[in-house]
Amino acid sequence: MAKQNRIKSSKGDLAFDIINYALLCLVLLIIIYPLWFVVIASVSDSGAVLNGQVWLFPVDFQLDAYIRVFKDSRIMRGYRNTIFYTLAGTTLNIVGTVVAAYPLSRKDFVGRNVIMMILAFTMYFSGGLIPTYLIYKNVVHIVNTVWVMILPGMVSVYNLIIVRTFFQGIPYDLQEAAFIDGASNISILLRIIVPLSKPVLAVMVIFYGVGHWNAFFNALIYLSKKELAPLQLVLRDILITSTASISEGTGGAAVADKARLAEALKYSVIIVSSLPVLLLYPFLQKYFVKGVMLGAVKG
Amino acid sequence: MAKKQQGEGALSFKKSLRRNWDLYLLILPILVFFFVFSYMPMYGIVIAFKDYIAAKGIWGSPWVGFAHFQRFFESIYFERTIKNTLGISLYSLIVGFPMPILLALMINEVHHLPFKRTVQTVTYAPYFISQVVMCGMIIIFIRPDAGFINMLLKAMGQEQIAFIIEPAWFKTIYVWSGVWQNTGWGTIIYIAALSGLDQQMYEAAQIDGANKIQKIWHITLPCLMPTAILLLIMNCGSLMSVGFEKVFLLQTPLNMEASDVISTYTYRAGMIDANYSYSAAIGLFNSVINFVILFIVNQISKRVSSISLF
Repeated sequence: MAKQNRIKSSKGDLAFDIINYALLCLVLLIIIYPLWFVVIASVSDSGAVLNGQVWLFPVDFQLDAYIRVFKDSRIMRGYRNTIFYTLAGTTLNIVGTVVAAYPLSRKDFVGRNVIMMILAFTMYFSGGLIPTYLIYKNVVHIVNTVWVMILPGMVSVYNLIIVRTFFQGIPYDLQEAAFIDGASNISILLRIIVPLSKPVLAVMVIFYGVGHWNAFFNALIYLSKKELAPLQLVLRDILITSTASISEGTGGAAVADKARLAEALKYSVIIVSSLPVLLLYPFLQKYFVKGVMLGAVKG
Repeated sequence: MAKKQQGEGALSFKKSLRRNWDLYLLILPILVFFFVFSYMPMYGIVIAFKDYIAAKGIWGSPWVGFAHFQRFFESIYFERTIKNTLGISLYSLIVGFPMPILLALMINEVHHLPFKRTVQTVTYAPYFISQVVMCGMIIIFIRPDAGFINMLLKAMGQEQIAFIIEPAWFKTIYVWSGVWQNTGWGTIIYIAALSGLDQQMYEAAQIDGANKIQKIWHITLPCLMPTAILLLIMNCGSLMSVGFEKVFLLQTPLNMEASDVISTYTYRAGMIDANYSYSAAIGLFNSVINFVILFIVNQISKRVSSISLF
């Protein structure tokens, strides 16, 4: 079939293909260049970067900036905190989502529609910033504790629906057979449902995990203790707040020096913080895609 | 047991509870979680109608009715934040909505598999960059001295622009950097829709002498329409909410006029100025508007295309 197409394709189609490929190459370039620039700037002399001499390849190759990142106690502490929040948070997410999705996937679980409505309502309406803050602070008492980075958002209703849909797709006969053998609901969940749901659980690990890794909002609102700050909060200081304070400065040698130091740190810290996600990403890509599709089926 | 399973529909709550008591036990902590973390904050909304005093708590603080709402409607921030929120959403929708469709169509026409996969892998990647890093990169690329964009302008003999402090540029920067970050990811759902497309249609069109553009126009695009309409509806439902993080991170005192949206104003009023009740009122106003828009859009879509969210 492909052969036939090629034989029959007209001049117009050929022109179309050429333009299409050219445009896609341009798209690739537009996506890759900023990322490439960050990479080369991170290993170049910061003065050269500030003067705009770094374009395509590193200037005056060096790894000083990376050494500085690994010596920076704020960044390292943020890194450790983020790893902890991601591991603990994602574990809780998975357990919570499975435990909620399984009963709701069962047709003989009376009350599931009511429960689903109670949960789904929270997708469309919430208490809002301040009421939520006051409850977290005065009732749940999790402000300025590690819990505030782990507990809120434990079960995302959107993800819950994806997992429930997947569970419903598992032939019910399997569970029925286990019932006859006298298995309890919980052992069916653990021995039949969970092992058969590895693909969707992988998707969940990634969705929740990336969410925790990149989480910024809750830390901004609820954490003022420096030692609990996750990586994204430290990054904000380095990438955004420092820029503002420098551009507002009045010049002079000290300011220029400070600017060069801050500059050197920026690119390397972007690489170091994004690396885990971007390195894992090509391997996990098929799971991401699957996740979006599972979500789409529900829509 | 097996017999009982068949009578699913008729199962009473009592029977279900007796047989599936462990399932109820399983879901109980989740219900408690949603009660504490989602429904209790909803109860906290009552402070929007009160003058919240920390010592008296949520219930003990005195009622003031709609005073905070009135204050917001009469303040200069009302018009500014609503104009900016709607402006950014509409700009994002108009520019950002067609892009993934266009890119998906382009990717769909690539028959060289390794190239196709490369394009997909690369264009999805920016989606995983955190908002903080994204905004850091934006600031680096648009800064007046050595930023890439200004170097380009300089090379073309144009005047350099201090984008980040220029209110006129804020929305453009916000929207187009979003296009860079999200277009690739947005194609996934369309490419999924295309994977179910019957190849015979293309062959039939081929025999009828259709060229590529005609095939895209008459076969591929119509196949994407249901997905596109559904996404459009969902996007319209969030017209009055702009994500907080990116706007907040790109905000500077100098571009406030164009960058102050409802969510950032709610944050300033509540977290910085500690006007809890006032901020809660603005938040509630926004939630209600969002809910109403979503409801209306959902009703319209139910009528027009029988696609609906709830």
